[in-house]
Amino acid sequence: MASHGPGQLNADGPASAARAAAERAARDSYGRLVAYLAAHTRDIAGAEDALADAFASALAQWPTSGVPQKPEAWLLAVARRRQVDASRRRRTADAAREHVAMIEDERSGIAADEGFPDERLKLMFACAAPEIEPAMRAPLILQTLLGFDAATIGAAFLVSPATMGQRLVRAKSRIRQKAVPLRIPERSDMPGRLDAVLAAIYAAFAEGWSDAAGADARRTNLAGEAIWLGRVLSALLPSEPEVLGLLALMLFAEGRSAARRTAAGAYVPLAEQDVAAWNDELIDEAEALLLRASRFGAFGRYQIEAAVQSAHCARRRTRHVDWPAIRLLYEALAGICPSPVVAVNLAVAIAETDGPGAGLRHLDAVADDARLTDYQPYWAARADLLARCGDVHEARLAYERATGLQSDPAARAFLIARRERLGASLN
Amino acid sequence: MQHMLLIHVDETKMPKVPTNETYQMAAAYNAYTEALKKAGVLLAGERLKPSGTAAAVRVRDDRTEVLDGPFADTKEQLGGYYLIEAPDMDSAVQWAARCPGSSTGTVEVREVWPAMAPAN
Repeated sequence: MASHGPGQLNADGPASAARAAAERAARDSYGRLVAYLAAHTRDIAGAEDALADAFASALAQWPTSGVPQKPEAWLLAVARRRQVDASRRRRTADAAREHVAMIEDERSGIAADEGFPDERLKLMFACAAPEIEPAMRAPLILQTLLGFDAATIGAAFLVSPATMGQRLVRAKSRIRQKAVPLRIPERSDMPGRLDAVLAAIYAAFAEGWSDAAGADARRTNLAGEAIWLGRVLSALLPSEPEVLGLLALMLFAEGRSAARRTAAGAYVPLAEQDVAAWNDELIDEAEALLLRASRFGAFGRYQIEAAVQSAHCARRRTRHVDWPAIRLLYEALAGICPSPVVAVNLAVAIAETDGPGAGLRHLDAVADDARLTDYQPYWAARADLLARCGDVHEARLAYERATGLQSDPAARAFLIARRERLGASLN
Repeated sequence: MQHMLLIHVDETKMPKVPTNETYQMAAAYNAYTEALKKAGVLLAGERLKPSGTAAAVRVRDDRTEVLDGPFADTKEQLGGYYLIEAPDMDSAVQWAARCPGSSTGTVEVREVWPAMAPAN
């Protein structure tokens, strides 16, 4: 068989079809496979290594042998064999025998078309166990279930990638050494662990959401994956208001996703989105979830953020945004979890209720926070408020700063156009 | 730590006459350069003339050979660079993602290997 360099791959050749199939399997089932492989051994790092080997074998073999009928089952079988090899090398023959028995069980299960059970939620709660350092719980869930690399997770949690990488390794070995059980915790253990699980799901959603153009299939899929996890969790814990709140929050956002870009790919700000392009079904479902959550009388950050989304989405019926409500909600949020992000959003809401000058004063009050120097939304908000106050010169500078910090080309083009319009109105 | 952002672009896709896109790109680069300056990370940065104006030089057996054109015959050519001060690779990569060149071409990020002190 002729060898092909990676540069010569035909777009519709078998190698690229195999690669696409492997990537799809990775996207769709990375977390399921890791959770399942680690379920008995509690060795997450080992499960990830075995799975990485299985993906490498798939990429080497599928181009010639064809993509198997059940890619997931194939990957699982190969990864299991790797685990056996590894445990033979590392430890006793007993451990290996245990693995061989597992493979046999699985083989008959898969042959009988039972598939394999979903262990993801159990693994999520194991990652959120008291044995794991609190700050590492959400990052660990993200890496284990969604295959994020340390750099991506580090960026999401504002930690350097090298530090994040080391901490992740340590956290995984703790799960193994301390024999943290992989199960859904008892009700009494739930509240402490739930926060980390919710934070991880939300971070995964945000990562997928930030790829508005849908250019990166793996990232876009993350939003769907996060919603799926939110649905499973809310079915499991129907009386946890924050679980319902988070699911509502994600569905509100997802319901607006089609309106975030024009057909030509241009960026559309929330205020200018066409409500006809919103998905009423998803938004209605979100409203119902939020209502259900509110009946428990325990308000938390996800319900508040969902309520903000709800106030924005009210525009599809009332034709106007309920800014006084949004302002109150952000004030409440600033009380619970103050951050530069909340401060910027509150300033925007203040500008809508009390005028751009008042919003600007609120921004000035937080301007000393060093985290804002390269926080793009701060500069975009500032530019808009300055422009509305008539300070064209300062507005231009702020627009330029926001443009320079923007990495999404569509949003960048939008900011450049805004800045230019400012110049035009001056002449 | 100093990091070099090397901007590789496909010159054949650049319009011969300035278009609206050219203007957009220039505005985006100005804004990016300003953002680097304001954040206090910019050390140096320049645009390079098209690779067609390049000369590739090598000396073999005491003979100097000068060839027209760039060293590498690839679709994307080095079009410019930024030298920035970033605490680690991650934050350098974050800046590279904001570079307008990364949405049309490729921005290579390399950490600078500090030169040894001159031996005297």
